[in-house]
This record gives sequence, structure tokens and C-alpha cells, in this order.
Amino acid sequence: MLKTMPLPRLFTTEYRTLSQIRGPLIFVERIADVAYNEIVEIIAPDGDVRIGQVLEVDKQRCMVRIFLGTSGLDLERTRIRFTGDVARLGVSLSMLGRVLNGSGQPIDGGPPIIPERSLDINGLPINPSMRTHPSEFIQTGVSAIDGLNTLTRGQKLPIFSGAGLPANELAAQIASHARVVGGNKTGESEGEGSEPFAVVFAAIGITQRETSFFMDQFRASDAMDRTVLFVNRADDPSIERLLTPRAALTVAEYLAFTHHRHVLIILTDMTNYCEALREIAAASEEVPGRRGYPGYMYSDLASLYERSGRIHGNPGSVTQLVILTMPDDDITHPIPDLTGYITEGQIVLSRDLHRKGISPPIDVLPSLSRLMNEGIGTGKTRADHRSVADQLYALYAEGRDLRRLVAIIGEAALSSEDRRVLNFARRFEEIFIGQGVVNREIVETLDQAWELLSPMPVELLKRIPKEFTEQYHKHKT
Amino acid sequence: MNETENNLGKIIRIAGPVVRAVGLENVRLYDVVRVGELGLVGEVIRLSEGLTTIQVYEDTSGICVGEPVRSTGLPLVVQLGPGLLEQVYDGLQRPLKILAEGSGEFIQRGVYASPLPEDKRWHFTPRVSVGEVVGAGDILGVVPESRTIEHRIMVPPHQRGRVVSIRAGEFNVNETVAVIGSENEAGVEAEITLVQRWPVRQPRPCQTRLAPREPLLTGTRIIDAFFPVAKGGSAIIPGGFGTGKTVTEHSLARWADADVVVYVGCGERGNEMTEVLEEFPKLEDPRTGAPLMERTVLIANTSNMPVAAREASIYTGITIAEYYRDMGYDVLMLADSTSRWGEALREISGRLEEMPGEEGYPAYLAARLAEFYERSGRVICLGNHGNSDTQGRMGSVSVVGAVSPPGGDFSEPVTQNSMRVASTFWALDYDLSRRRHFPAINWTSSYSLYNFRDWFEREVATDWDELSHEAMALLQREVELLEIVQLVGPDALAEPERAVLAVARMLREDFLQQSAYRDVDRYCSIQKAYWMLKTIMDFYHHTQAALESKIPLERVTALPVVSDIARMKEFQADAAEKEIRAIMDRVQFSFADLGVA
Repeated sequence: MLKTMPLPRLFTTEYRTLSQIRGPLIFVERIADVAYNEIVEIIAPDGDVRIGQVLEVDKQRCMVRIFLGTSGLDLERTRIRFTGDVARLGVSLSMLGRVLNGSGQPIDGGPPIIPERSLDINGLPINPSMRTHPSEFIQTGVSAIDGLNTLTRGQKLPIFSGAGLPANELAAQIASHARVVGGNKTGESEGEGSEPFAVVFAAIGITQRETSFFMDQFRASDAMDRTVLFVNRADDPSIERLLTPRAALTVAEYLAFTHHRHVLIILTDMTNYCEALREIAAASEEVPGRRGYPGYMYSDLASLYERSGRIHGNPGSVTQLVILTMPDDDITHPIPDLTGYITEGQIVLSRDLHRKGISPPIDVLPSLSRLMNEGIGTGKTRADHRSVADQLYALYAEGRDLRRLVAIIGEAALSSEDRRVLNFARRFEEIFIGQGVVNREIVETLDQAWELLSPMPVELLKRIPKEFTEQYHKHKT
Repeated sequence: MNETENNLGKIIRIAGPVVRAVGLENVRLYDVVRVGELGLVGEVIRLSEGLTTIQVYEDTSGICVGEPVRSTGLPLVVQLGPGLLEQVYDGLQRPLKILAEGSGEFIQRGVYASPLPEDKRWHFTPRVSVGEVVGAGDILGVVPESRTIEHRIMVPPHQRGRVVSIRAGEFNVNETVAVIGSENEAGVEAEITLVQRWPVRQPRPCQTRLAPREPLLTGTRIIDAFFPVAKGGSAIIPGGFGTGKTVTEHSLARWADADVVVYVGCGERGNEMTEVLEEFPKLEDPRTGAPLMERTVLIANTSNMPVAAREASIYTGITIAEYYRDMGYDVLMLADSTSRWGEALREISGRLEEMPGEEGYPAYLAARLAEFYERSGRVICLGNHGNSDTQGRMGSVSVVGAVSPPGGDFSEPVTQNSMRVASTFWALDYDLSRRRHFPAINWTSSYSLYNFRDWFEREVATDWDELSHEAMALLQREVELLEIVQLVGPDALAEPERAVLAVARMLREDFLQQSAYRDVDRYCSIQKAYWMLKTIMDFYHHTQAALESKIPLERVTALPVVSDIARMKEFQADAAEKEIRAIMDRVQFSFADLGVA
């Protein structure tokens, strides 16, 4: 829960000097010793206590943003109490299995959480020289990801979705099947073998329907007691969304780096977070950047996404799966754009594939995993993985080009070689990508790929070294 | 940072990284101050009557109005001396490995450690003797810093005089190795240690700036063959996310023909810096055989580290680069990404409530970018005592900056303003990256303003220039032809045009594409690149001759030698020339078999 530490000051003063209430912001006058980013408690006339944060402070007055809405506040009777501390969250291992609201208070009817530690929700940057490069392959069971955009432990990988596309289904599928292959292969359907594993789920402004979907999924896979849920629903105060991912990440880091768990954190939907960021920036009359989003949105998003990874000598890890909705399916919109610049790749969902009934509708061409090379190959997946993936990409891209050409000149005008590529692209979408809810082992994924490549003559498989075509290519021409 | 407490001020306003204070009397613009009880590092960026505006290089959360501000009376300086190589610094030259020893895995605020290892002792060998008159930049002696870099201890700029004493032996960085007295024997004496301090925002002086004359070979075929950058030149790599900016920069850091590499990760991913840190000590420099880390200085200011320090990191990097240049080395400075630096300027400017220019960037963005890129260059260094020559040492700083344009749109201000000052432009292309054509450098929009014809003809082959021009013309022709194909289908093309398409495809797939991950292909020597290019163009000339002899194109493209050409990349560097020449012979025979003379 969001709480305040014992006060570092000897006494606290309550102020009744509100001069303005403007949207989510209030202004307090004639203050003394107020710290930047300090947490304040606002006591509404009806006794309701809300939490706010100092956004700007000068000699005379300060600007405070209120996380839980300003309705019901007035200028005369509302009291302000400065806590002298930054935003903190009491964290504990007993949070596993609990459902919390967007600021970290239990909403599942269970007992209050007894904190083991109280941590600044903004965290601290990991010293780059203390990071370990992520290199452990996480098998998600999804061919388009495992085969072509491999996820590794400690990576941050977003799913770029569009309104109405099944990003949540994909995330749930990954969360329930993800496991590390190699070393321990005891083959549980969920979790990561016998290694301690946890899921932190942060719902940021999503609907009741989506929330229930995820909760049902976690219950169905018996993963609930390894999961911490933070829920800020669409009808909860929007400014609270600025807290939710930070609180969730604080718990994730705590579980990973103090309790040595392998934590998968799912943040959905970051578009709602960015909307809240824009709302507060507009209210405080900042110079707007692209499409009205604040100029510091890159740094702000980075302060969340960079809180993943692995640390030297620490067995825990934080892997982030971020879901965002591209407004109007536009990948150049500031939210997916800035996210893509920070995260280590992206999984892009396609409306076209979704319409064709291909599930999951992952468009592999704009998708990417930057840490793939570290996680694949001999001893991790299979030696031919890299070159097979390159070859699938190249042929599929060519097939997509040919499709455009066919729309103009007709399929009959194509050479037999081109027709083969076209056919490959179709089968690739239907069979390789469109696997449905089946969970595929990585070896099955690669064998499936060779199945698709085998009708192609070996000379066309320029991306694959001879040794692999000799070993795996089935119909030699 | 040497702190001499001049005076004390008081904070009156805090908004993010921008803090205002009153009561600081004698501060100058760009002086470093310590903010608050925690002593956060900040820099004075605006002065008006009694009011000092400070940008703080660390997170200001929890700092109160009324807390003190102390001036150090010094601008932001870096310490330059032996021990820089192999270090990992943040934007303020704090050694990250040493910070981690002191304060753990996470970076705490207000911590400080000396940038250069203070307890390490270096073996100093004098190069001048007592009584000699020395001037700025003259080499007093040398210290072996790594297996390949001899660290030359120079007389700091603006100093000259007669050597009063100098001694050989083992010293740490703070011990005096020499004393220089004023020439007319009356003035004060200056003690010289192994360390110089230099303000980061001020370019280090040189004797003369020279025009770039030779290319900086990078081992990346498309760059070396078509868009070379000069030793002492500047280049930018703009590209949307996922187009391979960082992979390209890493490739340059690994294989470029430079003595020292300064890599600045400015507002980028922590894991990428880790990759460099873990990999470079294991990789060998193809020129010297020493681990790459021994020629590398890393500056890591990742995206979640404070914004203002991002701005400083670029200057810290270029100052270190200039310092090695002054010793007479060829230095490559890589900045990934300059857009994040631009955004840091924008954020600070916004907090200062300055009138925004294009897209909210401050109006001085263009000037700052130009100042930065102009710190690249090939120079005659200060000082007379060189290793070999009498007219002075030569050194160079080449700068390669990655640019991250929003939405991959190059019309935005950082890309446009960088294009105006950088002489080489490597445009990364979404479309190429999506079909996994890497490096995704678009050959139609990229350019290089340098012309190294003479150098290539002298050092590589007399027909180099001709070959590369012809190949580029072929690739341009392909673009035109593909447009026609898109409209009317491939049947509309005549045989010679289809031959252009076939060979252009060969150029794209078998020459331009280069895997940064395959050991055998990630570094390509200029000789190997030459033979590969020559073979493909040779194939093209034979194809033209075949078509003239009315041999159908199908028979040419079906030749088995075509797949030999596709495997040229896989030859090891030392065997490449021999193997590729064998393929050229096979091209000859294959066409002879078809009946082409």
C-alpha cells in the first residue's frame, strides 16, 4: 500500500492555504520547507484523505497533483499535510496471491499487508556496470515469438496492439506457458521449472471485462498464488495510473532482487498511462511535445521500462511484457514510437492477419527482439535457429511483396519460383504463425519451419549455411 | 572536482532538474555547484540579478526549498590521464564500477569517486631532460597504458617553460613527475602530474586543423565501399527503432580502424552497455590482436539516469576523445543517440520557460549540434616532440552520431540540423530492416561528401573507384526498373534490364548484406570487399557479353557459379583473396562453356 514513512520532521504543519484547484492540480500558498516530489495528504472537507505529490515548489507556493481526483475539495476547508517523504510502498512476500488497487491497497477483502520493507516507488537506476546481459531463452510456446523474436530473461518486450486485437489473450498465453528451457526440463505447463517464479500484473485503466479475463486466466492456471495483481480500472481516477506501474515495478524488483524470484511483469495498457501523463502535463500548462504529450515522455517511460534486467551475482530477474494500444493502428504515434526506442524489440499485432482469422495475429516483419541472438543457438535452442529465422523473414518479406505485385498483374504472370515463394508466404501465415492456442516446444517450432522451407530449392535458401540445409532440408532438388 | 567553497546560496524553486537559488555571489555561467544537503552535482545555466538557475545532474526528489547551494568555483571538468581506457563512466565521469563497489547495484544520489584509479602506479619514462624548454603539448614522457596505447604525458595547453626537474619511476596519478619553471627563471613553477583537468564544454586546442585525407575503414562493406567516413570526419546514422543504429555503432566500435574508441551511450538501454562490457574484453582488435576493451572508454548514461547528465555525457566523451587525439592517435567517438541529447536540451529549455523553436526544441539546437560535430577533425597537435616527425604529431577525432527521429521521419529538427554539419549520412531504412537486410543502410538516400579516390587507388586497387561507381549505378538503375515492374510486371522488361535486376540483387544479397553476428562476416577487410565487388561486377560484364551473343538470361542465372558467389562472405579473411579469385576463374570458365569469349 502506498504509505508514508515516519516523519523526519519533529512536527507537521497543516495548511489551509489552497489558492487554486485546477483539474488534477491544487496550489498551496505560504508554505515552508516543502520538498520536490514530496508526498502530501489532502484531507477533504468530508474527512476523506487523498494522496498527492509536489510537482513544483518555490518560495511561496507549490503545485500538487492529486492521484485520486479533486472532486469534493474546496479552497476553504480542505487541509494539506506535507509528509516530508517521497512516495513509498510497503512491500512483502505475502503480497503474492493478493489483489491490490492502483496505489497498492488490498481490494480482495483480505487482511492488510504487513510490510517487510518500505521502498521508494520511483526506484533507482541499476548501475549499468552491474547488469548481466540477458541470455537465457524463455520459451513462450508461440512460434512467431520463440522462432523469430525470441524472449530472454531480463528483457523488456512490448506488444503493440490495436483496439480490438487480442493482445491480452496473447499476454495470458505467454504468462501461462513461459518457461526457461535448458538445464531444468521437468516440463511443467506453467512456471519456470522448479525455479522460483512470480508474476506481477499491473492493470492500468483497463475495463472490468479485461480485468476479469486475466484473473480467470491466473486462477485457471493455478498461478494465482504466485501472482500479485494491481488493478486500476478504466473508471478509477486517471492520475492514479501514474502510480500503478511504479508500485508494481517496486514489488517486482523486490521479489526479484531481494527474494531471488524470476519475475514476469505484465503492464497493460501503457496507452492509458501516457494519456494520464498528458493530462497532468496539460493541466500544469507545460509546453506540449508531439501530439500534446509532454517532451519528457521518453525519459518518463524509460524510468519504467529500464526497471527490468538482471544483476551480477543475483539469481533473480525482472522480465517485462508491456502491452499498449496503438491509436488508429499507427506505429509512428508517440506512444509506440517512444516505447520502441526504449524496449528491446516489439511484437506487433496486425489487423489484416486478425481479419484472416490467424491467431495469434503477429506481424513478424515489423516485430523484433533485440536480445534474440544472445538467447538462441547451440546449447540454448538449436544451432540452425539464427539462419532459419533469417531465411523465414527474407522469404516471407519477398512473398508479401509478390502479393502486391499479384494484385496488379495476376498470379499467372509470375515465374514458377515466385509462385513457390507466394505459396510459402501463405502457408507460413496459416501454419507457422497461426498456431492458435497450441503450446509449441522450440524444437517443434524449428521443425515446422523446415517443413515450410523444404519445398524451396536449396539454392534459394541463401541465408542458411550448407551444413544445416544438408541436415534438415527434406526435399533436395 | 576540486572544491573551493566560495559562497553559499539558498534554493528558492525546484521544478524537476531545474533549480533556482539566491545568494550565490561570484558564480560564473557553467560553474559547477553542489545542490542541497545531499550535494547533488549541478551546473549554472543562467544568471540574472541575484538569481542563479541551475540544472541538476541527479534526481532532485526530496530536495527542499531553503536547502543550501554551494559553488565550487570551477566549470564542469574531466580528469584526463592514464587509466581512462577500459573504464565505464556515467555522464559526469563518475566511474561506475567503483561506484558499484561503494554503493551497490543501484546508483545512489550524491555519491562521488575519483574518475582515475588513484592507487594504481604507472611506470613513467621521461622523454625530455632537465633544462630543456618545453611548450604546450610537448611530450614530457610516456606511460604504458595498455598493450597498444602508449599514454603520452603532455605539457598542458597554455603552459610552457624550462624543465626544472623530471624523474622516472612508478607514480600514481596525483604525484608530481616533473616541475616546469618559467623560461626567464623568475616566474612561478608548475608541478606536472599524470593528470590534466579540462572543462568539457571547451574544445581542446591544436596547432592546425587539416582536411581529412584518408578513410576510416570500418569493416562494414557498404560503408567502406560506397559511403566512407574520413579519419577526422563526422557521420550520422539516423533511423527509426529497430533499424539497427545500435548494432551499426557497435560494429564500428569493434572493427573501425581507430587507435582509441570512445563510446557514449546517451539515454539508451542499460542492457546494450552491458553487451559491450561483456563482449569487448573477449573480442580481439583485428589490427593489434589485443582485447578491444583495451582501446575503449565507455560512457553510459542510460535512459533512466538523470536527464541533464545526458547532455553532459556527450561533452565528457568528446573531451576524452580530443585528449587522445592530442597524443597523436586516431580516435573514434560514437554517440548513441544524439536525439536523446537533443531531448535533454528540450526538456531543460522547457523548464526554463524559453521560447520554443521547431517541435519544442530550443532555438540554439542547431548551434549546439554544429559546435559538437565541429570538434571532430584531423589536426596537427600542439607540441613539437613527436615520435617520428619534425612538423608535429597528427591526430584525429572522428565522430559518428546516431539519431533517433520520432516515427522514423527524417524531417525532424535533430536529423535535419545534424545533416547540415555531418559530412557522411547513413540513412537507415525501415523497409530494409523489416526484410532483415542488414545493415539497413539505404543506398539511394545515403551519401558521403568525402572523396578518397587517390587513397583507394593507392592502397587497394587502381580500379576501385570505377568499380564502386559502376556498382552504385547498377543499384540505382534497379530502383528505377523495380518501379516499372510494380506498374506493368516483369514481362515488360527486356533481357539486359532483367540482367540488371539479377546482378543488382546479387549485389544486395551477396555484397551489401552483412551479418553482424556471424564471426566470419562481421568484419570484412577492404581487400576482401574489393575482391567480392570485383567478382560480382565481373559476372555482370560477362552476362552482358552473353546477352549480346544471344544466350538467354535463364542459362546465365542458372550457372552453378551463382551460388559460389553467394558464399563469398563465408571465407575467412586470410584465405578470402585466394578463394574469391578461384571463383572469378570459375566465372570465366562458366561463361566460356556457354560460348562467351
